[in-house]
Amino acid sequence: MTVKLGVTMKRLLYRNCFKLTHCRYSTSVHQDSVLSAFRTICGEDGVSLGQAVREQHGKDESVHRCRPPDVVVFPRSVEEVSALAKLCHSHHLPIIPFGTGTGLEGGVSAVKGGVCFSLRNMEQVVDLHQEDFDVTVEPGVTRKGLNSYLRDTGLWFPVDPGADASLCGMAATSASGTNAVRYGTMRENVLNLEVVLADGSILHTAGRGRRPRKTAAGYNLTNLFVGSEGTLGVITKTTLRLYGLPEAVVSAVCSFSSVQDAVDSTVQILQAGVPIARIEFLDDVMMEACNRFSGLSYPVSPTLFLEFHGSQQGLEEQVHTAEEITQSNRGSDFQWAQDTQSRERLWKARHDAWYAAQALRPGCKAYSTDVCVPVSRLPQIIVETKEDLIENRLTGPIAGHVGDGNFHCLLVVDPNDTEELQRLHLFTDRLARRALALDGTCTGEHGVGLGKRALLCEEVGPVAMRLMQGLKKTLDPGNLMNPGKVLQLETE
Amino acid sequence: MSGRVLVGVKRVIDYAVKIRVKPDNSGVVTDGVKHSMNPFCEIAVEEAVKLKEKKLVKEVVAVSCGPQQVQETIRTALAMGADRGIHVEVSGKDYESLGPLQVSKIMAALAKKEEAQLLILGKQAIDDDCNQTGQMTAALLDWPQGTFASEVTVEGEKLKVVREIDGGLETIKINLPAVLTADLRLNTPRYATLPNIMKAKKKKITQVKPSDLGVDLTSRLQVLRVDEPPQRQAGVKVETVDDLVSKLRECGRI
Repeated sequence: MTVKLGVTMKRLLYRNCFKLTHCRYSTSVHQDSVLSAFRTICGEDGVSLGQAVREQHGKDESVHRCRPPDVVVFPRSVEEVSALAKLCHSHHLPIIPFGTGTGLEGGVSAVKGGVCFSLRNMEQVVDLHQEDFDVTVEPGVTRKGLNSYLRDTGLWFPVDPGADASLCGMAATSASGTNAVRYGTMRENVLNLEVVLADGSILHTAGRGRRPRKTAAGYNLTNLFVGSEGTLGVITKTTLRLYGLPEAVVSAVCSFSSVQDAVDSTVQILQAGVPIARIEFLDDVMMEACNRFSGLSYPVSPTLFLEFHGSQQGLEEQVHTAEEITQSNRGSDFQWAQDTQSRERLWKARHDAWYAAQALRPGCKAYSTDVCVPVSRLPQIIVETKEDLIENRLTGPIAGHVGDGNFHCLLVVDPNDTEELQRLHLFTDRLARRALALDGTCTGEHGVGLGKRALLCEEVGPVAMRLMQGLKKTLDPGNLMNPGKVLQLETE
Repeated sequence: MSGRVLVGVKRVIDYAVKIRVKPDNSGVVTDGVKHSMNPFCEIAVEEAVKLKEKKLVKEVVAVSCGPQQVQETIRTALAMGADRGIHVEVSGKDYESLGPLQVSKIMAALAKKEEAQLLILGKQAIDDDCNQTGQMTAALLDWPQGTFASEVTVEGEKLKVVREIDGGLETIKINLPAVLTADLRLNTPRYATLPNIMKAKKKKITQVKPSDLGVDLTSRLQVLRVDEPPQRQAGVKVETVDDLVSKLRECGRI
């Protein structure tokens, strides 16, 4: 294949020549031998140099700018992934795994160029064991796709981060969601992983095909890779824990006069042993935004959105207990509903929150913060954060998974206003440090990605950092696996 | 209205599966491929169960025609709330050539035998897209039909049906007994939950042969061949309007 050297190609070659003299990534991806080797593995259709394809694979749903890879490959099996990895390893080419591109921290930006492994063609539900409540899926299977596949079985996978993300991608970012308070996050629900390492070896973190509900065997490699954001290996299969679909669902809404009252209610509901499925908090700014966006008339004050799962009788008890608790905390307008349409109407504000926030300032972009603190510290951090927002003239309605102590400021900023972007950046740093000071974490569910590497160091401390660096060096001595993410390496 | 509802459910290849044509072009690959209840049949079952929950009907009976595997589909209907099932055994060549004409004869016979007041079907199946069974059954029974139903209300011994038509919505009133076919917006089918799946295992499925119902399964149709849609051809980019015009002339478009 002869390639006409257009502007992009010249730029790429220049960049690679630059690399040759200044960086460790030695071989140009555009050497014919490498490209034809990729084609031999993935087929002629399985390798793309097209600009549009590369750009599509160089960005996610975060505010980080697009950093396209040099080439995108589309393997169809773990054997192909392994062969591609071996090839990249011998040519010192960075490897960036790509699921659905729905991440929020720039995890797929190819900051050092390299090869994007787009895993969307590996889309089999490999192994479902209904009686054991487990299923194994490939990276192309998304969570909505899996739940659709399971719809006749009475089972579901409840981790719900909002987007229709790849399940292996969710494992890679340790995703969570609105019903983590009852069903847990990916950390609690991944039983086993098949991972292709930087040198092409295929690892089964809990042993090939194994899926016991619990184990005490050896080091917990499965959870080492959960949340590793593509920096330790390419996840090619994940074995997940499934749950029974709830028999019945009730949704409820309740307003409060203060954040403290709303959070106190949350803590007491949890302490009362109510197995609440979702408990979401929206602040007054968010409620106002939702009223405007969806033409609703909620009271403009801190509001809790609750969802209960259970049997018909169990639900009555759950809702009754929760209602009493909210009333004892000066909650008002407690409304609840069971049929699907009414439930959707009640929760409309929560569902539209992202869009309602953006609609506050048309033409602006929305950026979501993601800190998590122990639940008892939530009132303090929210109050301080709201004061910070006002002081720094930032638009930031708040929505949070209050049962986990996790909340998001949906900051709406003008992408062309550098001064505002600077204020945003300083604000998010202050917020993260505020959370760290309250025994929390700088990222509850979105991951470290590109933007929080420095905060990670502050969060875990030097001893843990050294250990993480050591693990990275052991698994990926050449720093080929998604370079520039999670860890700041000394040589960068 | 306080009688029995019959719901037809068809086992089809799951909507999410990528269909492949057999190498001999005689049909599509079905071996080892995930099958599930036709989505419009799910909507039909949901509507029937809703009527029972509102105490407007006494019993919901799910019917399917085919080999042993269709019992899975009937079980799903039972898990959604149907009371019992009827499996009309059709297998082998008869099953391969089974189409709306034969199914409608079977449904008509069963509707009479079971003294049903209402028959609800999906508007069409996602494999053959025929959209004929409901209409043919109504004709055989000489019952009124409310097809493409997006809303159904019981008004005494009549049904008010809002139908989705090309121009918008049409509201009709039909006498019972009647045949309805369910359109997409009629309702959102419930998922079967584990406890209901457990309960469904105990519900009864009776087996019936088409000959018991006096139905002749001979098909009037013969499938000659099945082909994939033509591969999409790559487009061509041109630099100028003149190039565009000459290219359009070349391929006879202008």
